[in-house]
Amino acid sequence: MYENKEMRQVFGSVIEEMMGKDERIVVIDVDLAKANGTMKLREKFPERAFDVGIAESNAASIAAGMASYGFIPFVTTFTPFATRRMCDQIAISVTYAERNVKIVGTDPGISAELNGGTHMSMEDIGVLRSIPNMVIFEAVDNVQLAQALPQIVDYDGVVYIRMFRKTTPAVFGDDYKFDLFKADVVREGKDVTLFASGIMVAESIIAADLLKTEGIDAEIINIHTIKPIDRDAVIKSASKTGAVVTCENHNVIGGLKSAVAEVLVEECPVPMKAIGIQDHFGEVAKIDYLKKKYHMTAADIVAAAKEVISKKK
Amino acid sequence: MNKTEVINLQDKSRHIRRLIINEIGKLGVGHVGGSLSIVEALVVLYYKQMNINPANPKMEGRDRFILSKGHAGPALYAVLADRGYFDVSELDTLNIPETNLPSHCDMLKTPGIDMTAGSLGQGISCAVGIAKASKIKRDNAYIYTMVGDGECQEGQVWEAAMAAAQFKLNNLIGFVDNNGLQIDGTTEEIICLGPLADKWSSFGWSVQCIDGHDVEAIDNAILEAKKVQDKPSMIILNTVKGKGVPFIEAMGSANHSMPVSEEDRVRALAELK
Ligand SMILES: Cc1ncc(C[n+]2csc(CCOP(=O)(O)OP(=O)(O)O)c2C)c(N)n1
Ligand SMILES: [Mg+2]
Repeated sequence: MYENKEMRQVFGSVIEEMMGKDERIVVIDVDLAKANGTMKLREKFPERAFDVGIAESNAASIAAGMASYGFIPFVTTFTPFATRRMCDQIAISVTYAERNVKIVGTDPGISAELNGGTHMSMEDIGVLRSIPNMVIFEAVDNVQLAQALPQIVDYDGVVYIRMFRKTTPAVFGDDYKFDLFKADVVREGKDVTLFASGIMVAESIIAADLLKTEGIDAEIINIHTIKPIDRDAVIKSASKTGAVVTCENHNVIGGLKSAVAEVLVEECPVPMKAIGIQDHFGEVAKIDYLKKKYHMTAADIVAAAKEVISKKK
Repeated sequence: MNKTEVINLQDKSRHIRRLIINEIGKLGVGHVGGSLSIVEALVVLYYKQMNINPANPKMEGRDRFILSKGHAGPALYAVLADRGYFDVSELDTLNIPETNLPSHCDMLKTPGIDMTAGSLGQGISCAVGIAKASKIKRDNAYIYTMVGDGECQEGQVWEAAMAAAQFKLNNLIGFVDNNGLQIDGTTEEIICLGPLADKWSSFGWSVQCIDGHDVEAIDNAILEAKKVQDKPSMIILNTVKGKGVPFIEAMGSANHSMPVSEEDRVRALAELK
């Protein structure tokens, strides 16, 4: 149904449909509507879809104000601006004041590609995860995003939606049933768990296939909601396999690795390794180049999986 | 400026535009519009006004330029290359892996870049800090900065404006690239800047409004700005986004970041005459 569509197109059309049915939904852009697939909403909903210009912190607090009138604003921009430039406003106007605002960040991590280091947010999840009560969701594919958006509207509270905006491989089929607060078992296995998010889910599927050829049975869990993390799913899988690799398009400090480790260290410590950005800034290049350079390929996941398996007691 | 100087700087502007088109054309995509709109200002600064030494990019006491609208890096790279900071052939490496010329200016990578930028609004504050530091050091440097008109929607720009006025930074000379366009449309339809000159002057700056593609007017405005005592200066450059290439100018806000095919590149060079 969403084949060959860019994620931003799916985002734009699902939001459009929801705005038609739910008059509370508002979309606030900050001069990146064309980039984020939200420009056309203004034709249909000129009052509820608008731009506040290049003024991200203003946008976040404006959204908080509108939420006080019962609106449900989605503020959309690139991840670095959605978090770094709005951080205090998200903390105080939005989250501390319990305003029902949704923040959408596109082009996460290395997916900013030619916009380069200044536009690569390696820290957005880490920054927001330490703000109380934030829900942090990272979409994997079009099917998941389309199911997630209505649930995010139904959820009364602040949600950060982190998403790739171009074409991405389909991971979930039409039979997929999304639950905002439940992790997805993408593939069952018994030897090692690959906890993956965002664009790294597709990469871990390739890794699991490679591992299979070597007789290693990997389980893949998609942690789409990094906060609050589905503790039960993490514990259940890690205690079954006894070895864990996390795979994320984010700094390994503060993101998925940290969230998974926080659960495991309390409940069932197992050998663990993290694939992701190893605490450095980004740079201009295409995703494939950066995946290789930053050791985020399926082959790297395979090597990490073997290492944690070898450390099992 | 005498006639020959004017003609030389105009020729230079045309040459820089060719370099920009080739640089971005080689890659196939980039921030064309906002690069082409600032060419004359860069040319007057780097070939006439600034006290700089390409052989010693970090020369103490040099004048500095902070491109706050950092996405126009390709324009500045063309000027720096032509001025001898690095080889012109390096322009072909724009935005390819491991390049020293990333789409947004990076002071750790490119000789001659005085400040990293890319998150709009920050560069002008950095320029205020540099100008304040230069005052303390009494090195008589001039600090230049350039913001976009869309960029002026960032609150930080106005925080910087107030600080510069408070510190009486008459060594700080700013430019607004007033091309009337941002990404989602015209500045007027997105968030109108209103009477921009009055805004800057009410924030305590000495303001001039000129044709941003007139090298003589730019040169004169800088000379005027240098005479101002106790105030920073803002030169509002009325410009055309995509200036110099008619088919790119006609694209309006769509020329902000645009694909440039080999056909487009050849056509642009032909139209640039
Ligand atoms: C803080 C921040 N928000 C958003 C962007 C994305 N962005 C890059 S350029 C641009 C439009 C800039 O418009 P303007 O300042 O008028 O520049 P120009 O027309 O000269 O290209 C935007 C929104 C950014 N780089 N930084
Ligand atoms: Mg502009």
